[in-house]
Amino acid sequence: MVELCSSEESDSDAVSLCFQSLFFVLAVLFHFSQRFTTVVPESCMLILLGLVLGGVVLIANKKQLYQLEPSLFFLFLLPTIVGDAGYFMPARLFFDNLGAILTYAVVGTLWNAFCTGFSLYAAKLLGFIDEHVQAEMLDFLLFGALISAVDPVAVLAVFEEVHVNETLFIIVFGESLVNDAVTVVLYKVYISFVEVGAENVQTADYFKGVASFLIVSIGGTMVGLIFAVILGFITRFTKKVRIIEPLLVFLMVYLAYLTAELFSLSAILSMTFCGIGANKYVEANISQKSRTTVKYTMKTLASIAETIIFIFLGISAVDKSKWAWDTGLVSCTLVFILIFRAVGVVGQTWVLNRFRLVPLEKIDQVVMSYGGLRGAVAFALVVLLDGEQVKAKDYFVATTIVVVFFTVMFQGLTIKPLVKWLKVPRATNRKPTINEEIHERAFDHILTAVEDIAGLQGYHHWRDKWEQFDKNYLSKLLLRKSVYRKSELWEAYQKINIRDAISVIDQGGNVLTSARLSLPSMASRASFPEVTNVTNYLRENGSGVCLDLQVIDNIPGAKVEEDMETHHVLAGNLYKPRRRYQSHYSRHFMPLGEQERQDREVFQRNMRSRMETFKSTRYKRHKKERSLKKVRRISHRNKRDSLSLCSDPVVVPVETEDKAEHSDPEKDEDVGITFIARKAETPKQRPKSGKTSLSLEGCQIPLLPPPPPAPPSPPPAPSSPTSEDSHLPWKGSLGSPPPCVSLEATKIIPVDLQQAWNQSISSLESISSPPAPAEPIHPRVSALSRLGGPRPASYTPPGSAAGSTFSIGPQVSQGSFLFPDKKKEEEEEEEDVEGGVAAEMQPLMSSLKPPGPLPPPPPPPSSAPGSGRRRTPCVYLRSLVTSPPPEPHSRGPTQL
Amino acid sequence: MGSSSSSRNKIPNAQELMRQTGFSSAHLLRLHDRFESLDRDNRGYLSPDDFEALGGLAMNPIGGRIIEAFFSSGIPWTFPPLSGFWLISVQLTETETKKEHSKSSPAAGPGSSNLYDLDRDGKISREELLQVLRAMLGLQVTEEQLQSIAERAIQEADLDKDDAISFDEFKKSLEKMDIDTKMSVSFLK
Repeated sequence: MVELCSSEESDSDAVSLCFQSLFFVLAVLFHFSQRFTTVVPESCMLILLGLVLGGVVLIANKKQLYQLEPSLFFLFLLPTIVGDAGYFMPARLFFDNLGAILTYAVVGTLWNAFCTGFSLYAAKLLGFIDEHVQAEMLDFLLFGALISAVDPVAVLAVFEEVHVNETLFIIVFGESLVNDAVTVVLYKVYISFVEVGAENVQTADYFKGVASFLIVSIGGTMVGLIFAVILGFITRFTKKVRIIEPLLVFLMVYLAYLTAELFSLSAILSMTFCGIGANKYVEANISQKSRTTVKYTMKTLASIAETIIFIFLGISAVDKSKWAWDTGLVSCTLVFILIFRAVGVVGQTWVLNRFRLVPLEKIDQVVMSYGGLRGAVAFALVVLLDGEQVKAKDYFVATTIVVVFFTVMFQGLTIKPLVKWLKVPRATNRKPTINEEIHERAFDHILTAVEDIAGLQGYHHWRDKWEQFDKNYLSKLLLRKSVYRKSELWEAYQKINIRDAISVIDQGGNVLTSARLSLPSMASRASFPEVTNVTNYLRENGSGVCLDLQVIDNIPGAKVEEDMETHHVLAGNLYKPRRRYQSHYSRHFMPLGEQERQDREVFQRNMRSRMETFKSTRYKRHKKERSLKKVRRISHRNKRDSLSLCSDPVVVPVETEDKAEHSDPEKDEDVGITFIARKAETPKQRPKSGKTSLSLEGCQIPLLPPPPPAPPSPPPAPSSPTSEDSHLPWKGSLGSPPPCVSLEATKIIPVDLQQAWNQSISSLESISSPPAPAEPIHPRVSALSRLGGPRPASYTPPGSAAGSTFSIGPQVSQGSFLFPDKKKEEEEEEEDVEGGVAAEMQPLMSSLKPPGPLPPPPPPPSSAPGSGRRRTPCVYLRSLVTSPPPEPHSRGPTQL
Repeated sequence: MGSSSSSRNKIPNAQELMRQTGFSSAHLLRLHDRFESLDRDNRGYLSPDDFEALGGLAMNPIGGRIIEAFFSSGIPWTFPPLSGFWLISVQLTETETKKEHSKSSPAAGPGSSNLYDLDRDGKISREELLQVLRAMLGLQVTEEQLQSIAERAIQEADLDKDDAISFDEFKKSLEKMDIDTKMSVSFLK
């Protein structure tokens, strides 16, 4: 306002600028006002605003300062809109309807132009038009040419709000884009004729006109396609400089426009085809971020340009000095363009419908006729006219303004009710499902085959040919290698999945169970070739048995539990968060694009299956090292209890990954045990994917810590029994339920697993038998224990989830997972099953009760040896696992 | 459709055929010519081999499957009825001839459903879907990607949770699609 006051007298620029920005704000506010825009199209409002603004400026200023300058319009405003339209043009739809579009654009526009021109001339001869209008036939033809073209800006502005079905939209809109060539040529030809003078025009000139039409249209298209190829090719190499990708897109598309303009070719066609052609390759090449940038920048620029155009139209209309009114001319023009548009549409549709598979219905034709909006292009062209040569320029300007206002405002305002009233099929804003994606492709193939069989060289035949060509040559040339490998169907699948994931997340909250049920996850059954018996078994049964020795040490306070609960809610949906996480991740790392993400995913899945594989082989390993490690881990675990749990999840995955990577036998063993154990308590699929992703994420973001040093070669266990050794005695004890194995355990642990377990038990035993070798805390221990401990927190749903999802052994899962009090419940339950064992558990209970840091387990041998060979394993386990209680206990194996 | 007996020469009972299919006589003539050119051995019927010899079909990634589907009914492809050919091409072109709009979509279904349904149990199983996908996608995607796509597709369409897509489910999954447009071929003018 300060500015305004200071410059009130001298500089009216500030006044109008101030008003202008005010009105821009208002225009933006229209976007917010849903109620308003549902009734009144934005374009109408903008024009009205422009009128008001123009009036204000005129009053303040006595002369109009602003009006739509053709150079501004053609060089800046129009390209932004056309570029946006071309780049985001639904290519398939466009080419499917190319015949109709071309017909309407070329034949229709010519028809309109000539008919309007001749009719106006006739009206003039008949005296309907005032004789002040000094115009000859050529002038009228010229005027007819510029007034007849349907305007892309107006059509976009109005039709985007009407939401007619896509076919109708693409036909009208495509026509408005493509008819530019016709308009430009007609306009230029007539201008030259007018300059030369009607009497000097020779027959050859007419043919030149036709030839120039071909040159202008085809040339424009070619320029656009060339730039599209260049653009696609350049974006292939922008991997290192993501930041310039959006700029590159804008520049090249704009350059296509300017180049065509330079050579007097159809700039709109050039830009449109550049956009259509480049879109596929550019979108595949550039990063997600760049894609978003391009999209929003283009949309923003286009809507700014649109706003400016309509406001300027309004402003220009106020300037009386520029135009002269003639009622006859105005009304005749209005009537003629409406009539000829309707007649043209009906006539062409009648012809087209003989060829079209899906005919255009009557209501479609009505909408098409009524949707023939004229707009700023016509206005800019008429302003461009040379007043010296076209005497009636002012009349034409006035008429054009009226026509534009009438079509945009009256027709634009009424087309929506009309569409509703006629029940024109609306566009459904529905995203395709994967089935449709698949079947659509299959249909394409079928139709091509049918055409082949029938010996036709029809549309599908050529489309198929084009696709072959595209796949074999163009894509190879224009797509990055990483992108080229991917298939569109897979992309579609990805998109759908991401969409689902986002929508689920947006719904928020309670997706834990429903998501798992309804949303197919990547790691679902299908993507896992059934590699191992163990995993199969566990997966199928959703076994709740926790095989992990580590569980017990999850004895955190209530707060930690709460945290874990939260974590589990997240973990239950991990499939989706993973996606989100990735996109988030890429924000910090520019070069991480779609394809890298893709690769990573594949990589992750490979890793996952690898891990499955080594799990299955885990139990074949030597027991020696494993046992050592186990001891180490366990001892460390106790130590860890006093540590914070929070830091763990980060490290865990790394460790896991590490192991998977190195597939070092001994490590495998160890992990194997842990894994199996975890698996048992995790629900079937989701957690698995979650886990892997987590772990891989973990391994990719932080640097891989160097693999832990090999265990400092502990003294080989004195008498590590072979697997058979340990196995058999164990087995033998099964007759009378061995103290260590609860019924659940025997029931659920598959044979292989059991064997593995037995091995580990026996190895433990073997380790512990020498007085005190079990205690040494090796460097690797920390990693191992963390590996086991916190992982559940990071990816397994809470016990409740496991319990609710799987019916088998829910209590076990709970027990294994939760903390002292729960444990109690569980054991009480178990009591029913196994009364005898329960008695033995009681001590454990008491031992478990005290939470918090547990003293390191006393060297086992002190208590163990007494219980005899068979029992020793459990003894040691128990002591190792649960800490102090010295007496042998049977719970250990159940915890397994 | 396709009930009349097989006799050759210059299209007998052309009138009836035209009435049944809505084809013009030009269409019939065209089809007949095509049939004769396909039937190189003049056996009076077409065999899968005849189709496989077509260059375009050989290039078609799922060409073999399409041929199989065409011949799945077991009826020989003789000319006047041209059973399989008839069935499919007639249905496909019906839209074009604008005679029986409604019929085209159900017809398109069995055609492509047959395409997937290898073992003719009326259902598309995961494995069957996978095979078609594999054929269509080629080496561009990994097996796991294929599997997850198939998985997703089945989950999406499978309403009765039998882990397979029945024909009804197949139709349902496509009902939002503009089958008329997508499954019609414009047949000579």
